[in-house]
Amino acid sequence: MAFASIFVPNFLLQAVVRAEPELRERALVLIEGNPPLCSVVAVSEKAALMGIEIGMTKTDAEQFVGAEILLRSPAQEKVAHAVLLDIGWSVSPRIEDIAQDAIVLDLSGLTSLFGSEKNIAANLVERAAACGLRVNVATAANVETALIAARGFTGITIIPPGEESQYLGELSVSALSPSDETAETLNRWGMATCADLARLPILDLSERLGQEGVRLHALAQGASERSLVIAELAHSFEEEMELDDAVEELDPLSFLLGRMLDQLCVRLTARALGAAAIRVRFELQPSFENAVDIREAFPAQRRPGLYEKEIQLPVPARDSKMLLKLLRLRLQLNPPGAPIQKITLAAEAARPRATQGGLFLPSFPDPEKLELTIARIAHVVGEGNVGSPSLTDTYRPGEFQMRRFLTSQEASKTSGDSKSVRYAAEQRASSKVSTSFRVFRPAMPAKLDLQAGCPTRVAFQGLRGDVIAVSGPWRTSGDWWREDPWQQDEWDLEIHFHDFPVGRDRSADLQPNSGIFRFYYDSLRRGWFVRGVYD
Amino acid sequence: MSSKTSVLRLQVESALAARVASPFQYRDRPIVEMAPTGVPPIDLLTGGLPRGSLTEIYGPPCSGRTSLLVSALAMRTVASEVCALVDARDAFDPHSAEAAGVRLQQLLWVRCRNVDQALRATDLLVQGGGFGMIALDLGDTPAHVVRYVPLQVWFRFRRAVEHTPTIFLVVEQESNAKTCASLVLGLHAQETRWTQTAGSAGGNSLRHSPGCLLDSWKSRAEIIRSRAKREGLWVREPDEICADACDDGTEFETTAVWGGVRKR
Repeated sequence: MAFASIFVPNFLLQAVVRAEPELRERALVLIEGNPPLCSVVAVSEKAALMGIEIGMTKTDAEQFVGAEILLRSPAQEKVAHAVLLDIGWSVSPRIEDIAQDAIVLDLSGLTSLFGSEKNIAANLVERAAACGLRVNVATAANVETALIAARGFTGITIIPPGEESQYLGELSVSALSPSDETAETLNRWGMATCADLARLPILDLSERLGQEGVRLHALAQGASERSLVIAELAHSFEEEMELDDAVEELDPLSFLLGRMLDQLCVRLTARALGAAAIRVRFELQPSFENAVDIREAFPAQRRPGLYEKEIQLPVPARDSKMLLKLLRLRLQLNPPGAPIQKITLAAEAARPRATQGGLFLPSFPDPEKLELTIARIAHVVGEGNVGSPSLTDTYRPGEFQMRRFLTSQEASKTSGDSKSVRYAAEQRASSKVSTSFRVFRPAMPAKLDLQAGCPTRVAFQGLRGDVIAVSGPWRTSGDWWREDPWQQDEWDLEIHFHDFPVGRDRSADLQPNSGIFRFYYDSLRRGWFVRGVYD
Repeated sequence: MSSKTSVLRLQVESALAARVASPFQYRDRPIVEMAPTGVPPIDLLTGGLPRGSLTEIYGPPCSGRTSLLVSALAMRTVASEVCALVDARDAFDPHSAEAAGVRLQQLLWVRCRNVDQALRATDLLVQGGGFGMIALDLGDTPAHVVRYVPLQVWFRFRRAVEHTPTIFLVVEQESNAKTCASLVLGLHAQETRWTQTAGSAGGNSLRHSPGCLLDSWKSRAEIIRSRAKREGLWVREPDEICADACDDGTEFETTAVWGGVRKR
């Protein structure tokens, strides 16, 4: 049985630095509390070298030139903790969530996958670095020893079975997290290290310090045994960022979104998952006037406005650049109405697609690339004007729906004996080609001369012609129970155009001498229209 | 003399070094893969639609351009290929297309309002790649508007689909792509046939009766340009030559959906 513990030193600071990596090299100070009683809760190495200490007031910290003072961010800490759990789950399904900055993994059976314990530890450090965290990793034969070693030693520590007391002996007694009273007692006794404590006789220690003494003794010897409390596997992937200054323009927003998407994709990759959907939520800054009005009139409505958008992906993806381009295009189409104060990005995780290409299968557009292309086209022609047409179950002429275009080899294999396939097979067999129709959208108004109820002459869009052949009328009607019923008499007319409109150059616009058009008389609008032309 | 030639050759090679790897190396022209249009007389005439090339179908309205386009789309979608239709005037009719055998779920339809939108959308699609066929329908766009499309646009489209299995098909009122097109077909309508029930028309000069239905019409297709044919990359087998098809033109018939149904 072997366990590994991952510990994130200076967690509060690392949580902030993970979201803004450029802060890593600066003298950073985190403060907490309500002004003016703000105090320092975390300092970076550089800030510590400058003399800034935890517990100082904000005013004291501000005296140091070059120190960057930021507010502690619980949102970033929550995300950093989720990242830590993801790193653990990326290696082992059995992990215990010890604290915000520490987890313990069960390494049983992992050596066949990752190699030795040292390799596993190195792998964990590498994965944490990819997620923007610098961690200490320790492996040991029991949970507590691994945890104490990870908290006490920097970098990777491998403790072989039976040598726990030897390794832990170097550590200060404070690494065992004794209570204040016990720590004071041990200090009075001159017990500085774990080795000192481990050498004490257990019975005497028990008489003087009680159960805590026994527990600390076992810990110092590396002999404390307990089983893991397994954490439930989480499937939510969320990144949050609160902004000091609200962002108004797309370019700086894209920069932030790109960084968050990078982190999200790294987490998804670590868990061998992809994003089936990306949800973005912005907390918007209410305008000053509105804010004042609302506060005065409706104190309950102080909540800032929300902007939410969801992008469904055709296949689970974890390419952050592609996702950023998609997000940008969607945001360009529907930009948020106010500056953004807080960004939340969430990914709906799914197993990445596994496809087997075939030599004799037709080529398909790459789904991720196609999604991007469709988004770009939607930016040009409008969101509802690109997709796949789908016929609706109605007799209303020309009715259809635009659906999201999805393509996959699986989709193409379905409906093998569909109506369209049968038609195509019949056509090939009969060597016949179906007449196609071109629709005028919207239908063009027309003027018709009738003789005994039959059209004889037509005029529309500057064209005039005689009717050579007539087919019709066919009356259709429906939806009388709705607000938009229809009632039409349709005619197919073969028309011979005998003149050309004045002011139009015949060479510039090639108009047919004759053609077959579909006209209809709209009984509700009381007018003639041209629906389209057979071509 | 030979030294002069070699110097000249060296100069040309060095001048083109950044663009052409070996300008004097002979390369075999690849055999053009053809895909059937679904219209047998056209397939016999042209060998089909060339992949990786630009094909133009032009003609006035009612000349059968759309029927040919939809037939080609049906063939490609039934073969499980993904197709895209860029519709410059939003004139596509999904009902008649489905009746002609187009698998609509395999078709990406881009509904544009003008030529500019259509060209931009087409550009994005051809750059994206992976489509079996990309059709640009400029059939309802006035010819004088399409004439203003610069030649380099067609050249760019041709280059983008070159060496890919994509068929790039343009439907318009007159040919505009010039040498960029590998196959140019000109269409015009011939004769319309209406079904007549016995004694329905009577003495009336206007053919009209409740039983009168549009049955079919004939169109004539002519090859204006065919690179595959000219360069001998596609050769018709003797038994493929039918009586109706002459060397440069053929007639084909399109039948109304209900016409076929009635006859069955």
